Amino acid sequence: MLDDFFVRALLAGIGLALTTGPLGCLVVWRRMAYFGDTMAHSALLGVALSLFFEVNLLLSVFAVAVGVSLLLLLLQRRQALSADSLLGILSHSTLAIGLVLVAFMTSVRIDLIAFLFGDILAVTPADILLIWLGGAFVLICLVFLWQPLIASTVSHDLAEAEGQNPDRARLLFMLLMALVIAIAMKIVGIMLITALLIIPAATARRYSASPEAMAVLSSVLGAIAVIGGLFGSLYGDTPSGPSIVVAALVLFILSLLPVAGKGLASSTPMTGDRR
Amino acid sequence: MLMQPQAREGTLVSIANGGILRQGRWLVRGVDLTIARGEIVTLIGPNGAGKSTTAKLAIGVLKPDEGTVVRSAGLSVGYVPQKLSIDRTMPLSVERLMQLTGRLKAGKLMASLEAVGIPHLLKAEVQHLSGGEFQRALLARAMARDPDLLVLDEPVQGVDFAGETALYELIGSIRQTTGCGILMISHDLHMVMAGTDTVVCLNGHVCCRGTPAVVSQSDDYRRLFGNIGRGLAVYNHNHDHTHLPDGRVQHGDGSITDHCHPGDGHHHAEGHDHDHGHDHAHEDHAHDHDHHHAHPHRAGEAHRHA
Repeated sequence: MLDDFFVRALLAGIGLALTTGPLGCLVVWRRMAYFGDTMAHSALLGVALSLFFEVNLLLSVFAVAVGVSLLLLLLQRRQALSADSLLGILSHSTLAIGLVLVAFMTSVRIDLIAFLFGDILAVTPADILLIWLGGAFVLICLVFLWQPLIASTVSHDLAEAEGQNPDRARLLFMLLMALVIAIAMKIVGIMLITALLIIPAATARRYSASPEAMAVLSSVLGAIAVIGGLFGSLYGDTPSGPSIVVAALVLFILSLLPVAGKGLASSTPMTGDRR
Repeated sequence: MLMQPQAREGTLVSIANGGILRQGRWLVRGVDLTIARGEIVTLIGPNGAGKSTTAKLAIGVLKPDEGTVVRSAGLSVGYVPQKLSIDRTMPLSVERLMQLTGRLKAGKLMASLEAVGIPHLLKAEVQHLSGGEFQRALLARAMARDPDLLVLDEPVQGVDFAGETALYELIGSIRQTTGCGILMISHDLHMVMAGTDTVVCLNGHVCCRGTPAVVSQSDDYRRLFGNIGRGLAVYNHNHDHTHLPDGRVQHGDGSITDHCHPGDGHHHAEGHDHDHGHDHAHEDHAHDHDHHHAHPHRAGEAHRHA
């Protein structure tokens, strides 16, 4: 029943979800959701530039995302506009410039929809390798950056005073974000990457007693959303990327239900009583 | 380091002529400050005087735009910032908060929580703590690290009166037992005068400094704190620990001035009108009693400059 392409899609999606879990938690804690969105939208400019200059797509998207985040940091320092206005400007103008550039290049025809909403069913074995290797790299980096990132999430000044080097940690974190966005573009597409970062993390919040637990649970919930969404798209003949996001949303709504929360909370003492 | 005139034995931090410039304004300028091992230095001054800025300068969070800051090699710092906001989406227990910048031994962790009086909150989420409990947790966290230098920016804000006294005693005893240096920012003049080795009075620059006894006699101090400071000798039940010197300054024109002579954003305790503005001056104070000596003057001034 399971075709080969479907297994590939599952492997790719799960690999990505495991990576976006901890990263998404940091995005949520640091209130960077819109920042992530802006980086993701700039990916289309990366796509256009990669076609224009005939350079590697992944590299181009990564470079543009990094460039946009550095530009944002620079503009924020000048404090002429609020952060969210700057994000709005950068987010939509990079997307628009990307679209305009693509229209200029009459010689190439690209599947815009695939970039905007992803095409997980078309992943190749090489893509899967990239996702898992890249994902492992990102997770290993996060392990090493975890303490300074958590400390600076609580207080930048405190982290700085106590020798955590929060500015370096933030810069590396942004590079990791750019890398994940470049990798994830093919799976869920530019428009939906942020959803995969934020929704599983928000779902995990209620059931987590520590930042570390929340990071792991986000990965698990993201993987469940990928599996649920892909099966849903198989049986319902729906687009796969959006189906994954819808599945993640369903999990989130379930986590909001009072019954679900109480059930989980009371299950711990109950198992303690029976022995 | 070699050239630092203040760099004597046991000096943890020394600031020489330190200044921070932001958007064409000097937040502080010409600050000279040293903190030695075993010394408690307290910064006092009105809002916007640059107390937190000076503390951040001392620990390297801010880099000086003028002057130099020298810290002893390998200096470890425990910092209680004035403000911090933790997003509600972050699950953070007190136990985890305590180990934010490094692991602690379980015994050390509990001992610190017991010292600040909140051992029962070990597993509590920090978002559920009251303001005072959170301050205690932050203080416990900073001291549990056994730092060379403790930097406490209004460490007892939001703490109840009894707890406040106990925490100040605790801070004094930390210095006794560990020999660390302490840089503290406080609005509680009474506590400052009781438990500090050196008081530095800031108002964009260092107005005056010295032992509490010397500072409380100085003219600059009188100008900044007026009758409140003098009143300390008379009453010693000072509830109002956060806003004492501020009312006047808010009503004055500039919160930062280079000079502190009368009429320049600070006011003498003379020529006031005792009859006006009582409630007005105190409307946002949590405890508006027990200021018999001090507040008629303050209130009068507030009215005068409103």
